[in-house]
Amino acid sequence: MAHAYETAYVPPAEVPDVELYHPKSFITKYIFSQDAKVIAIQYSFTAIAIGIVALVLSWLMRLQLGFPETFSFIGPEAYLQFVTMHGMIMVIYLLTALFLGGFGNYLIPLMVGARDMVFPYVNMLSYWVYLLAVLVLVASFFVPGGPTGAGWTLYPPQAILSGTPGADGGIILMLVSLALFIVGFTMGGLNYVVTVLQARTRGMTLMRMPLTVWGIFVATILALLAFPALFVGAVMMTLDRLLQTSFFMPVIVEFGERLAYGEGSPILFQHLFWFFGHPEVYIVALPAFGIVSDLISVHARRNIFGYRMMVWAIVVIGGLSFVVWAHHMYVSGMNPYFGFFFATTTLIIAVPTAIKVYNWVLTLWRGNIHLRVPMLFAIGFIVTFVNGGITGLFLGNAVVDVPLSDTMFVVAHFHMVMGVAPILVIFGAIYHWYPLITGRMLDDAMGKFHFWVTFLGAYAIYFPMHYLGFLGVPRRYYEMGETGFIPQSAATLNEFISVVAFIVGFAQIVFLFNLVWSAFKGRQAGRNPWGAASLEWQTPDIPPGHGNWGAKVPVVYRWAYDYSVPGAAQDFLPQNLPPDQVAADHDHGREDLPGAAAQPAE
Amino acid sequence: MIEILGIVLILLAMGAGLYAVGRVPGSRNWGLGGLTAILGLVGLFVAARSGVYRPVGYYGGLISFAICVLIVFYLEKLVFDEAEKRKHGPTEAPALERWRSRPDIEVRRTTKHVVALALILVAVGSVAFHFLSPWWWTPIASNWGYVDDTIIITFWITGVVFIAIIAFMAYCVFRYRHREGRRAAYEPENKKLEWWLTIGTTLGVAGMLAPGLFVWDRFVSVPEDAAEFEVMAQQWQWSFRFPGEDGVLGTSDSRNISPENPFGLHPDDPNGQDDVLIQGDDLHLPLDRPLKVLLRSIDVLHDFYVPEFRAKMDMVPGVVTYFWLIPTRAGTFEILCFELCGVGHYGMRGYVVVEEESAHQAWLQEQSTFAELLAQTENGAREAANLASSEGKSASGQRGGLAR
Repeated sequence: MAHAYETAYVPPAEVPDVELYHPKSFITKYIFSQDAKVIAIQYSFTAIAIGIVALVLSWLMRLQLGFPETFSFIGPEAYLQFVTMHGMIMVIYLLTALFLGGFGNYLIPLMVGARDMVFPYVNMLSYWVYLLAVLVLVASFFVPGGPTGAGWTLYPPQAILSGTPGADGGIILMLVSLALFIVGFTMGGLNYVVTVLQARTRGMTLMRMPLTVWGIFVATILALLAFPALFVGAVMMTLDRLLQTSFFMPVIVEFGERLAYGEGSPILFQHLFWFFGHPEVYIVALPAFGIVSDLISVHARRNIFGYRMMVWAIVVIGGLSFVVWAHHMYVSGMNPYFGFFFATTTLIIAVPTAIKVYNWVLTLWRGNIHLRVPMLFAIGFIVTFVNGGITGLFLGNAVVDVPLSDTMFVVAHFHMVMGVAPILVIFGAIYHWYPLITGRMLDDAMGKFHFWVTFLGAYAIYFPMHYLGFLGVPRRYYEMGETGFIPQSAATLNEFISVVAFIVGFAQIVFLFNLVWSAFKGRQAGRNPWGAASLEWQTPDIPPGHGNWGAKVPVVYRWAYDYSVPGAAQDFLPQNLPPDQVAADHDHGREDLPGAAAQPAE
Repeated sequence: MIEILGIVLILLAMGAGLYAVGRVPGSRNWGLGGLTAILGLVGLFVAARSGVYRPVGYYGGLISFAICVLIVFYLEKLVFDEAEKRKHGPTEAPALERWRSRPDIEVRRTTKHVVALALILVAVGSVAFHFLSPWWWTPIASNWGYVDDTIIITFWITGVVFIAIIAFMAYCVFRYRHREGRRAAYEPENKKLEWWLTIGTTLGVAGMLAPGLFVWDRFVSVPEDAAEFEVMAQQWQWSFRFPGEDGVLGTSDSRNISPENPFGLHPDDPNGQDDVLIQGDDLHLPLDRPLKVLLRSIDVLHDFYVPEFRAKMDMVPGVVTYFWLIPTRAGTFEILCFELCGVGHYGMRGYVVVEEESAHQAWLQEQSTFAELLAQTENGAREAANLASSEGKSASGQRGGLAR
């Protein structure tokens, strides 16, 4: 039985040239560019910029939590606004945009051997719609009443009532911004999916694609199916707020006054939101899974263990992610018998996820591990993801969720599994692909400093936070005050967490400096410094030029993981290396073989 | 009885372990693996049924579970060793490496050991933190100790997995670090190993899900004899209502809410007349009786939670939600709101006093009823007088305890 990773000889045929846009001016090259690589960098800059805003908001939150009654400029309203904007920006405007819009746009065409995305004009539009969504969101800081403080989950009825900050204008701008984002992401998402399905180059079968592409591809399918639920929820809530409809608003007596609503269902919003919200966390996680598989295999010089199982796991996790949503709603007042179903599906989804973890670790086993900065971040990802995934098993088990829901345990869980682990992958991916994008290496010493402080620091922030949750410390509380059941030492723990958070924040500044400094002063990377087999490193120009491949698109002969292949003299076999150029090892690497010149030189 | 089972399990598990260790390396034994898995799960079951207050069965079950996990790991190690000896491809892996890693991007020797050590530190540090930290749940005051037990089981299973994965990673990072001339193995997949790992994970997951669903079933099944009372939430205070002498709570609707009728009770409903209303004061509950807590909100989502009770449920305006519990320890505990309800969310606090039945009765006698509240208002006084004269009752009647 032939395996997908065995090399099959494909005669090099002429691949007809695709009719490609040709940018002529500065504006069409760098601003209104249809080139997916430029769009990717635009997405990344915007996402990182708004992410820095959210990072600063998190420092303000930690100031209040660590040192209550100290900072008079942080009141209860402001605190809720920080909480809400930090959460929404990080989940949607940073993580989703960066993984799909940033990494997806840059890597998908290169990794599948295409010249660009299949709908370049729509791709360009998707970025500008995203930027508009970000600007609308930022505008909510400047309207009377400020941004919404309803929590990133925006639950009605409180989200649009006067007891919550931002109910005047902030919530409307938030909902409009989300709707714009979803429109932009549908445009981009169609590009990613169709490009993977239709624009793969000759020889690039689906089962030869790197896992990065699989992760982003399945995540995009999830996004296309899940975002509409948020869209309709946002539209209905906007109508409730602006036109006094009652989709989500039951009979309400607010501060002694009967409001003009009735017969709506707040729980309906929760179902809609979480039907989107749970796939959303996998939209963030699946690209991280795919990318980290590639980071580990390149830097361990070892094929990813169990590639087919990894693909299967990504697809199954994606599918199952649509039937677990109400594990966010065990104590919402929904029909309690739903708890049995959703607890079961939630714990089932742990199995393919665990298999992925085993396979990452088994790729390290019997590998040839180079502990470079991307590999360090990949290892950090595995540790924090296992920790975060495990605490998810606590929360997914319905009855265990009852005492833990809405406590700091939940906050610690989702930060570890979605905030720390995927962010470590983002950092590792940036250190890994920076030489491709810029032709220079990021500084190694700053990179290692960044890694150790971020990894150990983030772990020290969120691991102890789980224990605050066990104590019963609630989330979204402006201050705890005096209680009979929380010891004074918990306040000390909060201070400790805040101080570590500021230190970790400082390390990110070092990283940003590294990004800018290395673009001008970094060591020249040359071609393929890591020795990666996947297609994106095999372009004729570094960084890849317009059209990616020069005159001829590549032909692919093998999967993306031919590292340390027995019987081959080369340490790795690029995907587009013809089989007749693979030097057999009993020749001890003869210089006179025709393929010798095609191998990467020192 | 269950303690004896726990001790027997430890002995069986240790026996299985010695047997596994004594076997010749390189042989497979599916039977031993399966038996050990079952032993481990039975150990967990025994621990769960024993609970924390029967330490022999509890620790016996948990220790035998841990021993069984170690045995399974040892069996897996045998599988690994077997796999390592297998050759790959028609020739041996060549010593020559055509592509040389650039020295300027290579790591120095110290970093390799540092990473392995850091991983071990994270694992050991996490375990030490868990056992040394003073931050643990507050002592329970209700019948929901089952929830605590399920959490402990989850901790054991997931804790073992966490430590095992990190330890294995530390081992790999150390043992398989890059050295000159080293070459990685080439093994796209290993069906047997992947199958074993899938089965093991599924068993572990089932071991957590089963007790969890069992306790959830109890949580959603309110006992027949549970007495009802109501907690009403609004921005940002708690109010409470007891059924009064007739044992039935009167019907209510938010549309009826007014300054004279803050609970929105239907004035025509006779069941509501004797309902005991508590506003802006502590809740008192009787000890050792099953109670069904009816939850209502008149404006936004709230959540009624007393950490010592381990049970909570959101209040949703427009519906009546519930949960049930049996308070098992007398004392004064704090009520907090556990669903974001606006700016005052953090200040929405209260107190619940759990006391003997007789003290609870006495407290109820002192509270006002709906009828008395109506009587206090000008119109209400006339109406109550009319009501009293037409039905021959006085306005201040007896208010009994909870139902039955």
